[in-house]
Amino acid sequence: MDSFALEPTLYTVKAVLILDNDGERLYAKYYDDTYPTVKEQKAFEKNIFNKTHRTDSEIALLEGLTVVYKSNIDLYFYVIGSSHENELMLMSVLNCLFDSLSQMLRKNVERRALLENMEGLFLAVDEIVDGGVILESDPQQVVYRVALRGDDVPLTEQTVTQVLQSAKEQIKWSLLR
Amino acid sequence: MIKKFDKKDEESGSGSNPFQHLEKSAVLQEARIFNETPINPRRCLHILTKIIYLLNQGEHFGTTEATEAFFAMTRLFQSNDQTLRRMCYLTIKEMANISEDVIIVTSSLTKDMTGKEDVYRGPAIRALCRITDTTMLQGIERYMKQAIVDKVPSVSSSALVSSLHMVKMSYDVVKRWVNEAQEAASSDNIMVQYHALGLLYHLRKNDRLAVSKMLNKFTKSGLKSPFAYCMLIRIASKLLEESEGGHDSPLFDFIESCLRNKHEMVVYEAASAIVHMPNCTARELAPAVSVLQLFCSSPKAALRYAAVRTLNKVAMKHPSAVTACNLDLENLITDSNRSIATLAITTLLKTGSESSVDRLMKQISSFVSEISDEFKVVVVQAISALCQKYPRKHSVMMNFLSNMLRDDGGFDYKRAIVDCIISIIEENPESKETGLAHLCEFIEDCEHTVLATKILHLLGKEGPRTPSPSKYIRFIFNRVVLESEAVRAAAVSALAKFGAQNDDLLPSVLVLMHRCMMDSDDEVRDRATFYMNVLQQKQKALNAAYIFNGLSVSVPGLEKSLHQYTLDPAEKPFDMKSVPLATQPITEQKTEIAPVATSKLPEKMAPSRQDIYQEQLSGIPEFQGLGPLFKSSDPVQLTEAETEYVVRCVKHTFAGHLVFQFDCTNTLNDQLLQRVMVQMEPSEAYEVMRYVPAANLPYSQPGSCYTLVRLPEDDPTAVSCTFSCTMKYLVRDCDPNTGEPDDDGYDDEYVLEDLEVTVADHIQKVLKPNFGAAWEEVGDDFEKEETFALSSVRTLDEAVNNIISFLGMQPCERSDKVPENKNSHVLFLGGVFRGGHDVLVRARLALADGVTMQVTVRSTDENAVDVILASVG
Repeated sequence: MDSFALEPTLYTVKAVLILDNDGERLYAKYYDDTYPTVKEQKAFEKNIFNKTHRTDSEIALLEGLTVVYKSNIDLYFYVIGSSHENELMLMSVLNCLFDSLSQMLRKNVERRALLENMEGLFLAVDEIVDGGVILESDPQQVVYRVALRGDDVPLTEQTVTQVLQSAKEQIKWSLLR
Repeated sequence: MIKKFDKKDEESGSGSNPFQHLEKSAVLQEARIFNETPINPRRCLHILTKIIYLLNQGEHFGTTEATEAFFAMTRLFQSNDQTLRRMCYLTIKEMANISEDVIIVTSSLTKDMTGKEDVYRGPAIRALCRITDTTMLQGIERYMKQAIVDKVPSVSSSALVSSLHMVKMSYDVVKRWVNEAQEAASSDNIMVQYHALGLLYHLRKNDRLAVSKMLNKFTKSGLKSPFAYCMLIRIASKLLEESEGGHDSPLFDFIESCLRNKHEMVVYEAASAIVHMPNCTARELAPAVSVLQLFCSSPKAALRYAAVRTLNKVAMKHPSAVTACNLDLENLITDSNRSIATLAITTLLKTGSESSVDRLMKQISSFVSEISDEFKVVVVQAISALCQKYPRKHSVMMNFLSNMLRDDGGFDYKRAIVDCIISIIEENPESKETGLAHLCEFIEDCEHTVLATKILHLLGKEGPRTPSPSKYIRFIFNRVVLESEAVRAAAVSALAKFGAQNDDLLPSVLVLMHRCMMDSDDEVRDRATFYMNVLQQKQKALNAAYIFNGLSVSVPGLEKSLHQYTLDPAEKPFDMKSVPLATQPITEQKTEIAPVATSKLPEKMAPSRQDIYQEQLSGIPEFQGLGPLFKSSDPVQLTEAETEYVVRCVKHTFAGHLVFQFDCTNTLNDQLLQRVMVQMEPSEAYEVMRYVPAANLPYSQPGSCYTLVRLPEDDPTAVSCTFSCTMKYLVRDCDPNTGEPDDDGYDDEYVLEDLEVTVADHIQKVLKPNFGAAWEEVGDDFEKEETFALSSVRTLDEAVNNIISFLGMQPCERSDKVPENKNSHVLFLGGVFRGGHDVLVRARLALADGVTMQVTVRSTDENAVDVILASVG
């Protein structure tokens, strides 16, 4: 193999992006200088959007970077890391971001609702990734820490399905063992 | 939440964006209300959001306006609105680099980080560390230490991660917090555990022993966090790689045990770590491959992707280990995620049998246009590898490649295809014509200058030797008419090669050449004029020297020599022979396609190894006046690997002298060696002129000493010689810990292995792209021929390799590759003999009982011919 072991580091995430369905930037946070200028960033976002917005697959390799993504109605969420990064780690960031927002926006994850709660988004991302390091991966914790007024966290159906899902995982693994 | 409903009432259109058309100046104007009392939290919050939104959109804020807004914002600390306060932290972080005097908020943040509100404490720590420098960090050190071990996870995590960010800037301060981090590592919270581990590793990573102890502790006690496990696996595999230890170490066992972890993330990390380990055996790979196989059927696309990508890597080295997964991979080739499908197919191409190739290629071509360039390059690489494996499939591949070449794609992608086609052409002579035809079509509409010139060069080289060379002329001349200067110049050079090789085409080429002489570009005109004049002479030797086989000197060397010449103008003309030769043949190297991630072009032209030596040697006064360095050999080991002193020798050949460079390393930490030199006793009439000792040779710091030897002048054919070598030096014992040497020393010596100088040290490899022309150019003035029987050699391959390594010459025309199932072969070797005389060798080999070899040598110097024949015999 290429004789390299991953340099052990906590710096996992290179960027977090949210684009709308025209590929316009709603939110973008770059954590290192892979794309130092706004111009390069916008070009990268354009490329990423062109390559991903038509397919509903959740992972791609672009410009030598691993991109995990998810779309919902008119929003596109992206988490970007090095191509050597553990894809599942990036995925956990993406899921955490999406689930946190989903709870904060009461499952109403679409452009309009997001734009009306931009401060919530800013705070949530700040709680999930700090300078490229994954700070928290549990959406419940994130929502709790962002603590937007009036947003009490109900035990929704979604959390029930989450519990079921993780139970399924557990069973699967115990079978495999 | 009132704001929310207000908005909804105001705006009915669903596509509207309340932040669109925000004017920076208007927002900054609004920010004045920060100064109003009482503070209106809701309005202020909205304005801060707008500011951050603008910053996020990449809007540029000037220092003055940013500072003004920042100072207004500091007033908002008076409000106790939670969200507002949190947005202030964010604003501080965002503006830390644009505004001046951000440290003004230090005391407010310090108050928040030590206050009672847990919601404030974590974010306040992170904001504070963002604006702190090393001196101020000492002021808050006490609070940071407390925060690291705080029982609230968000506080502890924030403190740990912030410390990690600070390590780069204030390593010495953060280093003092190791004990706190250690305590945090045993926290119950999974993220705190992960962050503590990360910080501990960064603080200790230069201390192998500490890292290994830490690893030991955590692998024994076990961790709860999957993230922390991934980190541990990475640390363990790094440690394994550095120690180059066997895979029976406890570290490897740990990684393997992680394959049974309950988190997929950890399992995958472990599998990937095992796969990436150098020299892993099939047995060690097996468990990793089988978990990856399981992942291939996961419902999660990311997991399937990760699994195939890793299997793809395994397949490059151990295709057989992946064969077990073929069935699972087959299922993935119709995956809706094209990246996964591509990776699955390319993996199958590596592991599958020849019969499945056609089917897989068909599958790929159905969606090749949908995948990203990166993956197209992966596909091309797979095809390239496949062509080498199954040369008979080249027609299918060639078809496929030509279709890909017609599609849209970026430079890297096209370059990969062109490289792949070129390598197929070189491997399979029968595919040459189709390949060249595809490439001709490609340059008809090619936007990449580099590729066009590359292809034109190839056409010039290969085209004239095809059965119908005339058909390429049209393609080439089209370029002269239509393209940019660089391409036109390359096209002119290619045309000249046709004219030089095909007499019947010469008149037409001359006509075309004449037209090129009116070109608007200097370079194109110059080339055309030059070639025109050379071609009109109709002399084979001239053609060979100036058209087929270009300069073989090293470019940096030529630059230096010319510079020297202009500084010190002499009466006599500049002598090309004084320029060192290029060590690496520039063309006809095996085309290697760069891996996906590292394909950043253009590479800088690196000076060759020999240019570096030349530089070093010219810095030593004793070696002035030896002339240019002719050749440097590969290093020869003169000691066993595990001895007290490690010595290797590089032989530098000059026109009349040899310089032996001894690179010595002292592996004893209780000795300092001084005045180190290597005494040499030649077996022949070689004369040792001078020793240049190495003054000091401390423990583990390599040093060089030199010995200068004059070659015998009266007998130019005496090229081989054996030297017995003894290293002599003064030993001064020293303290192993401090390196402080004793005052007195004693002389000692150490016997090294004998050093051989052979004919190969006198010949520099030179590639003659057109050997036939070069052969004619040298002429038969000093031609000699002899026949030898190589009785000990059993195959032609072996004979060819022996001859090449013995003479140290460059095989030309790919004649170092012996076609299979042949009983005879002709090997062409090119080189330059010491003193600058071209030497060419043609060896006809026939396989009977043993190998019979007829060697014909031509050179511009009789001595060189004699030397070679004498040494072969």
